Amino acid sequence: MSVFKDAGHLFRFAGLFVLAFLVFLVVRHFVVPKSFGQYGHYRGAAIGEIAAHPAKFSGHETCEACHSDVADKKKAGKHAHVNCEACHGALFQRLAAPEPPKPNLYQQFVALIVHPAPPDPALLHHAEDPTTVKAVLPDTAVLCVRCHTASAAKPKGFPQVEPASHSNGLPCETCHQPHNPAIDAGGAK
Amino acid sequence: MIINRRQMLILLPAAAVAWEAVLAGTPDASPNYRMSDHWWGMLIDIPKCIGCGNCVRACQTENDVPDGYFRTWVERYHVKDWDAKDGEAVHGEFILTNPLVDPDVISPDGGKEGFPVATDESGKYFFVPKMCNHCADSPCTQVCPVGATFISPDGVVLVDQKYCLGCAYCVQACPYGCRYIHPKKEVADKCTLCYHRITQGLTTACCEACPTGARQLVDLKDPKDPIHEFLKTHSVQVLKPQMATGAKAFYNGLDGSVR
Repeated sequence: MSVFKDAGHLFRFAGLFVLAFLVFLVVRHFVVPKSFGQYGHYRGAAIGEIAAHPAKFSGHETCEACHSDVADKKKAGKHAHVNCEACHGALFQRLAAPEPPKPNLYQQFVALIVHPAPPDPALLHHAEDPTTVKAVLPDTAVLCVRCHTASAAKPKGFPQVEPASHSNGLPCETCHQPHNPAIDAGGAK
Repeated sequence: MIINRRQMLILLPAAAVAWEAVLAGTPDASPNYRMSDHWWGMLIDIPKCIGCGNCVRACQTENDVPDGYFRTWVERYHVKDWDAKDGEAVHGEFILTNPLVDPDVISPDGGKEGFPVATDESGKYFFVPKMCNHCADSPCTQVCPVGATFISPDGVVLVDQKYCLGCAYCVQACPYGCRYIHPKKEVADKCTLCYHRITQGLTTACCEACPTGARQLVDLKDPKDPIHEFLKTHSVQVLKPQMATGAKAFYNGLDGSVR
Protein backbone atom coordinates (compact mmCIF):
# COMPACT_ATOMS: atom_id res chain seq x y z
CA MET A 1 0.00 0.00 0.00
CA SER A 2 3.00 2.20 -0.42
CA VAL A 3 1.24 3.80 -3.42
CA PHE A 4 -1.33 5.51 -1.15
CA LYS A 5 1.23 6.46 1.50
CA ASP A 6 0.99 10.12 2.34
CA ALA A 7 -1.90 10.49 -0.17
CA GLY A 8 -4.58 11.55 2.35
CA HIS A 9 -4.62 15.12 1.12
CA LEU A 10 -5.39 13.89 -2.42
CA PHE A 11 -8.37 11.87 -1.20
CA ARG A 12 -9.67 14.86 0.73
CA PHE A 13 -9.34 16.96 -2.40
CA ALA A 14 -11.08 14.34 -4.56
CA GLY A 15 -13.85 14.15 -1.96
CA LEU A 16 -14.27 17.90 -2.23
CA PHE A 17 -14.69 17.57 -6.00
CA VAL A 18 -17.28 14.81 -5.66
CA LEU A 19 -19.18 16.91 -3.12
CA ALA A 20 -19.10 19.98 -5.34
CA PHE A 21 -20.38 17.91 -8.26
CA LEU A 22 -23.26 16.57 -6.18
CA VAL A 23 -24.14 20.10 -5.09
CA PHE A 24 -24.05 21.14 -8.74
CA LEU A 25 -26.43 18.33 -9.70
CA VAL A 26 -28.84 19.25 -6.90
CA VAL A 27 -28.80 22.96 -7.75
CA ARG A 28 -29.20 22.19 -11.45
CA HIS A 29 -32.20 19.99 -10.71
CA PHE A 30 -34.00 22.89 -9.06
CA VAL A 31 -32.83 25.73 -11.30
CA VAL A 32 -33.40 24.21 -14.76
CA PRO A 33 -37.13 24.23 -15.63
CA LYS A 34 -38.80 20.84 -15.93
CA SER A 35 -39.60 21.15 -19.62
CA PHE A 36 -36.16 22.40 -20.66
CA GLY A 37 -34.85 20.05 -23.34
CA GLN A 38 -38.25 18.51 -24.04
CA TYR A 39 -37.96 19.41 -27.76
CA GLY A 40 -34.54 21.04 -27.89
CA HIS A 41 -32.30 23.48 -26.05
CA TYR A 42 -35.21 25.54 -24.74
CA ARG A 43 -38.15 25.42 -22.34
CA GLY A 44 -40.81 23.23 -23.98
CA ALA A 45 -43.59 24.78 -21.88
CA ALA A 46 -42.92 28.15 -23.57
CA ILE A 47 -44.67 26.88 -26.71
CA GLY A 48 -47.91 26.33 -24.79
CA GLU A 49 -47.61 29.72 -23.10
CA ILE A 50 -47.20 31.51 -26.44
CA ALA A 51 -50.12 29.55 -27.89
CA ALA A 52 -52.30 30.71 -24.96
CA HIS A 53 -52.21 34.38 -26.09
CA PRO A 54 -55.84 35.46 -26.71
CA ALA A 55 -56.81 35.96 -30.37
CA LYS A 56 -58.45 39.29 -31.24
CA PHE A 57 -59.24 38.82 -34.90
CA SER A 58 -61.86 36.10 -34.94
CA GLY A 59 -61.78 35.22 -38.64
CA HIS A 60 -64.47 35.80 -41.25
CA GLU A 61 -66.06 32.40 -40.54
CA THR A 62 -67.07 33.68 -37.10
CA CYS A 63 -68.76 36.78 -38.54
CA GLU A 64 -70.45 34.81 -41.30
CA ALA A 65 -72.01 32.45 -38.76
CA CYS A 66 -74.56 35.22 -38.05
CA HIS A 67 -74.20 37.63 -40.98
CA SER A 68 -74.74 35.12 -43.79
CA ASP A 69 -76.75 37.72 -45.77
CA VAL A 70 -73.67 39.94 -46.01
CA ALA A 71 -71.51 36.96 -46.87
CA ASP A 72 -73.84 36.10 -49.79
CA LYS A 73 -73.84 39.70 -51.01
CA LYS A 74 -70.04 39.82 -50.88
CA LYS A 75 -69.60 36.54 -52.74
CA ALA A 76 -71.06 38.03 -55.92
CA GLY A 77 -68.83 41.11 -55.98
CA LYS A 78 -65.27 42.27 -56.30
CA HIS A 79 -64.79 42.38 -52.52
CA ALA A 80 -65.44 38.65 -52.20
CA HIS A 81 -61.95 38.03 -50.87
CA VAL A 82 -61.79 41.03 -48.55
CA ASN A 83 -62.39 39.59 -45.10
CA CYS A 84 -64.84 41.26 -42.71
CA GLU A 85 -62.24 42.39 -40.20
CA ALA A 86 -60.09 44.00 -42.93
CA CYS A 87 -62.59 46.89 -42.93
CA HIS A 88 -64.61 46.50 -39.72
CA GLY A 89 -61.63 45.95 -37.44
CA ALA A 90 -60.92 43.11 -35.05
CA LEU A 91 -64.08 41.52 -33.65
CA PHE A 92 -62.93 41.69 -30.04
CA GLN A 93 -62.96 45.50 -30.11
CA ARG A 94 -66.71 45.49 -30.58
CA LEU A 95 -67.73 42.41 -28.62
CA ALA A 96 -65.48 42.19 -25.61
CA ALA A 97 -65.69 44.42 -22.58
CA PRO A 98 -62.50 46.18 -21.51
CA GLU A 99 -60.06 43.80 -19.89
CA PRO A 100 -59.96 43.94 -16.11
CA PRO A 101 -56.64 45.13 -14.65
CA LYS A 102 -54.33 42.24 -13.81
CA PRO A 103 -54.58 41.48 -10.09
CA ASN A 104 -51.38 41.90 -8.11
CA LEU A 105 -49.79 39.09 -6.10
CA TYR A 106 -51.72 39.92 -2.94
CA GLN A 107 -55.06 40.01 -4.77
CA GLN A 108 -54.26 36.70 -6.45
CA PHE A 109 -53.49 35.21 -3.05
CA VAL A 110 -56.75 36.48 -1.58
CA ALA A 111 -58.75 35.27 -4.57
CA LEU A 112 -57.13 31.84 -4.52
CA ILE A 113 -56.86 31.00 -0.85
CA VAL A 114 -59.25 33.13 1.12
CA HIS A 115 -62.39 33.36 -0.98
CA PRO A 116 -62.77 32.78 -4.73
CA ALA A 117 -64.30 36.03 -6.01
CA PRO A 118 -67.46 35.75 -8.15
CA PRO A 119 -66.99 36.97 -11.74
CA ASP A 120 -67.87 40.63 -12.21
CA PRO A 121 -71.00 40.73 -14.44
CA ALA A 122 -69.75 43.92 -16.11
CA LEU A 123 -66.68 42.04 -17.36
CA LEU A 124 -68.54 39.15 -18.92
CA HIS A 125 -68.31 38.76 -22.67
CA HIS A 126 -71.02 40.54 -24.60
CA ALA A 127 -71.02 38.02 -27.43
CA GLU A 128 -73.88 36.07 -25.87
CA ASP A 129 -76.19 39.01 -26.49
CA PRO A 130 -75.18 40.87 -29.64
CA THR A 131 -78.15 43.27 -29.31
CA THR A 132 -76.31 45.08 -26.51
CA VAL A 133 -73.53 46.03 -28.91
CA LYS A 134 -73.78 48.75 -31.55
CA ALA A 135 -71.30 48.18 -34.33
CA VAL A 136 -69.45 51.29 -35.44
CA LEU A 137 -69.73 51.60 -39.21
CA PRO A 138 -66.37 52.40 -40.78
CA ASP A 139 -66.01 55.88 -42.30
CA THR A 140 -65.90 55.27 -46.05
CA ALA A 141 -64.05 58.58 -46.55
CA VAL A 142 -61.08 57.03 -44.72
CA LEU A 143 -61.59 53.37 -45.48
CA CYS A 144 -62.15 53.33 -49.26
CA VAL A 145 -59.45 55.84 -50.15
CA ARG A 146 -56.87 53.93 -48.14
CA CYS A 147 -56.90 51.26 -50.84
CA HIS A 148 -58.39 53.01 -53.88
CA THR A 149 -56.60 56.39 -54.04
CA ALA A 150 -54.76 56.56 -57.35
CA SER A 151 -50.99 56.33 -57.03
CA ALA A 152 -48.28 55.51 -59.53
CA ALA A 153 -46.93 53.09 -56.94
CA LYS A 154 -49.94 50.74 -56.97
CA PRO A 155 -50.23 47.71 -59.25
CA LYS A 156 -51.65 48.88 -62.60
CA GLY A 157 -54.59 46.45 -62.61
CA PHE A 158 -55.87 47.57 -59.22
CA PRO A 159 -58.95 49.88 -59.40
CA GLN A 160 -57.85 53.40 -58.40
CA VAL A 161 -59.50 56.84 -58.51
CA GLU A 162 -58.69 60.45 -57.65
CA PRO A 163 -61.11 60.78 -54.71
CA ALA A 164 -61.64 64.56 -55.11
CA SER A 165 -62.55 64.56 -58.79
CA HIS A 166 -64.16 61.11 -58.83
CA SER A 167 -67.12 61.87 -56.56
CA ASN A 168 -67.11 65.68 -56.26
CA GLY A 169 -67.06 65.29 -52.49
CA LEU A 170 -69.95 62.85 -52.27
CA PRO A 171 -69.36 59.92 -49.90
CA CYS A 172 -68.40 56.67 -51.65
CA GLU A 173 -71.48 54.81 -50.47
CA THR A 174 -73.75 57.20 -52.40
CA CYS A 175 -73.03 55.08 -55.47
CA HIS A 176 -71.08 52.04 -54.25
CA GLN A 177 -72.34 49.54 -51.71
CA PRO A 178 -69.11 48.42 -49.98
CA HIS A 179 -70.07 44.73 -49.74
CA ASN A 180 -70.56 44.61 -53.51
CA PRO A 181 -69.15 47.82 -54.96
CA ALA A 182 -70.28 47.52 -58.60
CA ILE A 183 -72.78 50.35 -59.26
CA ASP A 184 -75.28 48.08 -61.02
CA ALA A 185 -75.30 45.92 -57.89
CA GLY A 186 -77.52 48.58 -56.26
CA GLY A 187 -75.38 51.39 -54.94
CA ALA A 188 -77.68 53.72 -53.04
CA LYS A 189 -79.15 52.13 -49.95
CA MET B 1 -49.72 20.14 14.77
CA ILE B 2 -46.47 21.73 15.84
CA ILE B 3 -43.80 22.38 13.24
CA ASN B 4 -40.29 22.72 14.55
CA ARG B 5 -37.60 24.86 12.99
CA ARG B 6 -36.08 22.00 10.98
CA GLN B 7 -39.43 20.97 9.44
CA MET B 8 -40.23 24.59 8.66
CA LEU B 9 -36.96 25.05 6.79
CA ILE B 10 -37.63 21.90 4.75
CA LEU B 11 -41.22 22.98 3.96
CA LEU B 12 -40.42 26.54 2.85
CA PRO B 13 -38.74 25.76 -0.50
CA ALA B 14 -41.40 23.16 -1.28
CA ALA B 15 -44.11 25.75 -0.63
CA ALA B 16 -42.29 28.26 -2.85
CA VAL B 17 -42.15 25.78 -5.72
CA ALA B 18 -45.84 24.93 -5.29
CA TRP B 19 -46.82 28.62 -5.19
CA GLU B 20 -44.82 29.25 -8.39
CA ALA B 21 -46.79 26.50 -10.14
CA VAL B 22 -50.08 28.01 -8.91
CA LEU B 23 -49.14 31.43 -10.28
CA ALA B 24 -48.02 30.06 -13.64
CA GLY B 25 -51.40 28.39 -14.21
CA THR B 26 -52.08 25.89 -16.95
CA PRO B 27 -51.63 27.19 -20.51
CA ASP B 28 -54.58 26.55 -22.80
CA ALA B 29 -53.80 23.50 -24.85
CA SER B 30 -55.17 22.97 -28.34
CA PRO B 31 -56.15 19.32 -28.06
CA ASN B 32 -56.44 18.59 -31.79
CA TYR B 33 -53.19 20.27 -32.76
CA ARG B 34 -50.10 18.12 -33.30
CA MET B 35 -46.88 20.02 -33.86
CA SER B 36 -45.34 17.19 -35.87
CA ASP B 37 -48.09 17.54 -38.53
CA HIS B 38 -47.14 21.09 -39.57
CA TRP B 39 -44.28 23.08 -41.05
CA TRP B 40 -45.40 26.69 -41.27
CA GLY B 41 -44.33 29.40 -43.68
CA MET B 42 -45.71 32.43 -45.50
CA LEU B 43 -46.30 33.28 -49.13
CA ILE B 44 -46.04 36.97 -50.03
CA ASP B 45 -47.33 37.88 -53.46
CA ILE B 46 -45.67 41.21 -54.27
CA PRO B 47 -47.74 42.06 -57.40
CA LYS B 48 -50.89 41.89 -55.25
CA CYS B 49 -49.74 44.24 -52.48
CA ILE B 50 -51.27 47.74 -52.66
CA GLY B 51 -49.51 49.18 -49.60
CA CYS B 52 -52.67 49.85 -47.56
CA GLY B 53 -50.98 48.96 -44.26
CA ASN B 54 -53.85 46.73 -43.07
CA CYS B 55 -51.41 43.97 -42.12
CA VAL B 56 -49.27 46.31 -40.01
CA ARG B 57 -52.29 47.65 -38.09
CA ALA B 58 -53.79 44.19 -37.66
CA CYS B 59 -50.51 42.83 -36.30
CA GLN B 60 -50.27 45.71 -33.84
CA THR B 61 -53.83 45.09 -32.61
CA GLU B 62 -53.50 41.33 -32.41
CA ASN B 63 -50.13 41.20 -30.70
CA ASP B 64 -50.04 44.47 -28.71
CA VAL B 65 -47.00 45.67 -30.63
CA PRO B 66 -45.84 49.00 -29.15
CA ASP B 67 -45.92 52.14 -31.33
CA GLY B 68 -42.77 52.59 -33.39
CA TYR B 69 -41.94 48.87 -33.29
CA PHE B 70 -42.94 46.37 -35.95
CA ARG B 71 -43.37 42.63 -36.22
CA THR B 72 -44.35 43.22 -39.82
CA TRP B 73 -43.96 46.32 -41.95
CA VAL B 74 -44.28 47.33 -45.59
CA GLU B 75 -41.59 48.97 -47.72
CA ARG B 76 -42.21 50.80 -50.98
CA TYR B 77 -39.52 50.48 -53.62
CA HIS B 78 -39.04 52.85 -56.51
CA VAL B 79 -36.56 51.58 -59.08
CA LYS B 80 -35.77 54.39 -61.52
CA ASP B 81 -35.33 54.04 -65.28
CA TRP B 82 -31.90 53.65 -66.83
CA ASP B 83 -30.62 57.14 -67.57
CA ALA B 84 -28.06 57.61 -70.38
CA LYS B 85 -26.71 60.72 -68.61
CA ASP B 86 -26.47 59.18 -65.11
CA GLY B 87 -23.11 57.52 -64.60
CA GLU B 88 -19.43 58.11 -64.10
CA ALA B 89 -16.29 57.95 -66.21
CA VAL B 90 -14.02 55.04 -65.27
CA HIS B 91 -10.71 54.81 -67.22
CA GLY B 92 -12.22 56.74 -70.10
CA GLU B 93 -15.37 54.57 -70.27
CA PHE B 94 -18.72 56.07 -69.25
CA ILE B 95 -20.32 53.52 -66.89
CA LEU B 96 -24.08 53.92 -66.43
CA THR B 97 -25.53 53.80 -62.92
CA ASN B 98 -27.57 50.63 -62.42
CA PRO B 99 -30.94 51.66 -60.88
CA LEU B 100 -31.35 48.17 -59.37
CA VAL B 101 -28.44 48.83 -57.06
CA ASP B 102 -29.80 52.07 -55.65
CA PRO B 103 -33.61 52.02 -55.37
CA ASP B 104 -35.58 54.61 -53.39
CA VAL B 105 -37.10 52.79 -50.40
CA ILE B 106 -39.62 54.35 -48.03
CA SER B 107 -41.60 52.92 -45.14
CA PRO B 108 -43.29 55.77 -43.22
CA ASP B 109 -44.16 54.41 -39.75
CA GLY B 110 -43.76 50.91 -41.19
CA GLY B 111 -46.47 51.67 -43.75
CA LYS B 112 -49.04 51.52 -40.95
CA GLU B 113 -51.13 54.37 -42.38
CA GLY B 114 -50.39 53.60 -46.00
CA PHE B 115 -48.06 55.53 -48.29
CA PRO B 116 -48.01 59.02 -49.80
CA VAL B 117 -49.37 59.22 -53.34
CA ALA B 118 -46.62 58.65 -55.89
CA THR B 119 -46.73 61.10 -58.78
CA ASP B 120 -43.44 60.27 -60.51
CA GLU B 121 -44.55 57.91 -63.29
CA SER B 122 -41.00 56.98 -64.31
CA GLY B 123 -39.38 53.69 -63.35
CA LYS B 124 -41.31 51.06 -61.45
CA TYR B 125 -42.83 50.80 -58.00
CA PHE B 126 -43.76 47.88 -55.83
CA PHE B 127 -44.52 47.17 -52.18
CA VAL B 128 -42.62 44.60 -50.15
CA PRO B 129 -44.28 43.42 -46.92
CA LYS B 130 -41.63 42.21 -44.51
CA MET B 131 -41.80 40.05 -41.41
CA CYS B 132 -39.93 37.25 -39.67
CA ASN B 133 -38.95 34.69 -42.30
CA HIS B 134 -39.24 31.83 -39.77
CA CYS B 135 -35.94 30.44 -40.98
CA ALA B 136 -35.35 26.73 -40.59
CA ASP B 137 -31.68 27.38 -39.83
CA SER B 138 -31.79 30.80 -38.29
CA PRO B 139 -28.83 32.79 -36.98
CA CYS B 140 -31.06 34.41 -34.32
CA THR B 141 -31.76 31.14 -32.52
CA GLN B 142 -28.12 30.04 -32.76
CA VAL B 143 -26.70 33.07 -30.94
CA CYS B 144 -29.03 32.98 -27.93
CA PRO B 145 -26.84 32.31 -24.89
CA VAL B 146 -29.64 30.96 -22.69
CA GLY B 147 -31.91 28.99 -25.02
CA ALA B 148 -34.70 31.57 -24.89
CA THR B 149 -35.37 31.58 -28.63
CA PHE B 150 -35.83 28.53 -30.76
CA ILE B 151 -37.58 27.06 -33.76
CA SER B 152 -40.57 25.03 -32.64
CA PRO B 153 -41.15 21.51 -33.97
CA ASP B 154 -43.74 22.99 -36.38
CA GLY B 155 -41.28 25.48 -37.86
CA VAL B 156 -42.05 28.75 -36.07
CA VAL B 157 -39.27 30.86 -34.56
CA LEU B 158 -40.43 31.88 -31.09
CA VAL B 159 -39.12 33.75 -28.05
CA ASP B 160 -39.56 32.43 -24.51
CA GLN B 161 -40.05 35.82 -22.88
CA LYS B 162 -39.87 34.40 -19.36
CA TYR B 163 -36.41 33.07 -20.09
CA CYS B 164 -35.03 35.90 -22.25
CA LEU B 165 -32.43 38.16 -20.63
CA GLY B 166 -32.81 40.96 -23.18
CA CYS B 167 -29.17 40.82 -24.26
CA ALA B 168 -30.21 41.59 -27.87
CA TYR B 169 -27.71 39.23 -29.49
CA CYS B 170 -30.58 37.86 -31.59
CA VAL B 171 -31.64 41.38 -32.60
CA GLN B 172 -28.18 41.88 -34.09
CA ALA B 173 -28.05 38.39 -35.59
CA CYS B 174 -31.27 38.57 -37.61
CA PRO B 175 -30.23 39.42 -41.20
CA TYR B 176 -33.73 40.75 -41.89
CA GLY B 177 -34.08 43.17 -38.96
CA CYS B 178 -37.19 41.41 -37.70
CA ARG B 179 -36.52 41.53 -33.96
CA TYR B 180 -36.57 44.30 -31.39
CA ILE B 181 -36.28 44.71 -27.65
CA HIS B 182 -39.75 45.37 -26.24
CA PRO B 183 -39.55 48.78 -24.53
CA LYS B 184 -41.72 47.74 -21.55
CA LYS B 185 -40.91 44.04 -21.13
CA GLU B 186 -37.20 44.59 -21.97
CA VAL B 187 -36.97 41.23 -23.67
CA ALA B 188 -36.70 40.24 -27.33
CA ASP B 189 -39.98 40.40 -29.25
CA LYS B 190 -40.84 39.32 -32.76
CA CYS B 191 -43.44 37.85 -35.10
CA THR B 192 -44.81 34.58 -33.71
CA LEU B 193 -46.59 33.82 -37.00
CA CYS B 194 -49.65 34.32 -34.74
CA TYR B 195 -48.80 31.00 -33.10
CA HIS B 196 -51.83 31.37 -30.83
CA ARG B 197 -54.05 31.54 -33.93
CA ILE B 198 -52.52 28.98 -36.27
CA THR B 199 -52.59 26.32 -33.55
CA GLN B 200 -56.35 26.89 -33.34
CA GLY B 201 -56.96 26.59 -37.06
CA LEU B 202 -57.14 30.35 -37.70
CA THR B 203 -54.88 32.18 -40.13
CA THR B 204 -52.53 34.95 -38.98
CA ALA B 205 -53.93 38.43 -38.23
CA CYS B 206 -52.01 39.96 -41.17
CA CYS B 207 -53.39 37.38 -43.60
CA GLU B 208 -56.90 37.82 -42.19
CA ALA B 209 -56.71 41.60 -42.67
CA CYS B 210 -55.02 41.67 -46.10
CA PRO B 211 -57.68 42.82 -48.60
CA THR B 212 -55.93 41.53 -51.71
CA GLY B 213 -54.65 38.13 -50.60
CA ALA B 214 -51.05 39.29 -50.94
CA ARG B 215 -50.15 37.26 -47.85
CA GLN B 216 -50.98 33.59 -47.41
CA LEU B 217 -50.16 31.40 -44.44
CA VAL B 218 -48.78 28.13 -45.78
CA ASP B 219 -48.32 24.72 -44.22
CA LEU B 220 -45.60 22.93 -46.16
CA LYS B 221 -46.40 19.59 -44.53
CA ASP B 222 -50.01 19.71 -45.72
CA PRO B 223 -50.11 18.03 -49.15
CA LYS B 224 -53.43 19.79 -49.90
CA ASP B 225 -52.03 23.29 -49.29
CA PRO B 226 -52.23 25.37 -52.52
CA ILE B 227 -48.63 26.50 -51.87
CA HIS B 228 -47.29 23.36 -53.56
CA GLU B 229 -49.06 24.14 -56.86
CA PHE B 230 -48.05 27.80 -56.52
CA LEU B 231 -44.36 26.99 -56.04
CA LYS B 232 -44.44 24.77 -59.12
CA THR B 233 -45.98 27.38 -61.38
CA HIS B 234 -44.32 30.61 -60.18
CA SER B 235 -40.82 32.02 -59.82
CA VAL B 236 -40.52 32.33 -56.07
CA GLN B 237 -37.57 33.61 -54.07
CA VAL B 238 -36.69 34.18 -50.42
CA LEU B 239 -34.93 37.27 -49.06
CA LYS B 240 -31.13 37.09 -48.89
CA PRO B 241 -30.83 33.49 -50.14
CA GLN B 242 -27.03 33.83 -49.95
CA MET B 243 -27.35 33.85 -46.14
CA ALA B 244 -28.57 30.21 -46.26
CA THR B 245 -30.98 30.80 -43.41
CA GLY B 246 -33.62 28.42 -44.75
CA ALA B 247 -36.13 31.29 -44.86
CA LYS B 248 -39.77 30.22 -45.18
CA ALA B 249 -41.27 33.56 -46.23
CA PHE B 250 -41.59 32.99 -49.97
CA TYR B 251 -41.86 36.05 -52.19
CA ASN B 252 -43.55 35.86 -55.57
CA GLY B 253 -42.31 38.43 -58.08
CA LEU B 254 -39.39 39.55 -55.92
CA ASP B 255 -37.29 42.16 -57.70
CA GLY B 256 -33.51 41.99 -57.64
CA SER B 257 -33.33 45.44 -56.05
CA VAL B 258 -34.96 44.24 -52.82
CA ARG B 259 -32.55 43.84 -49.92
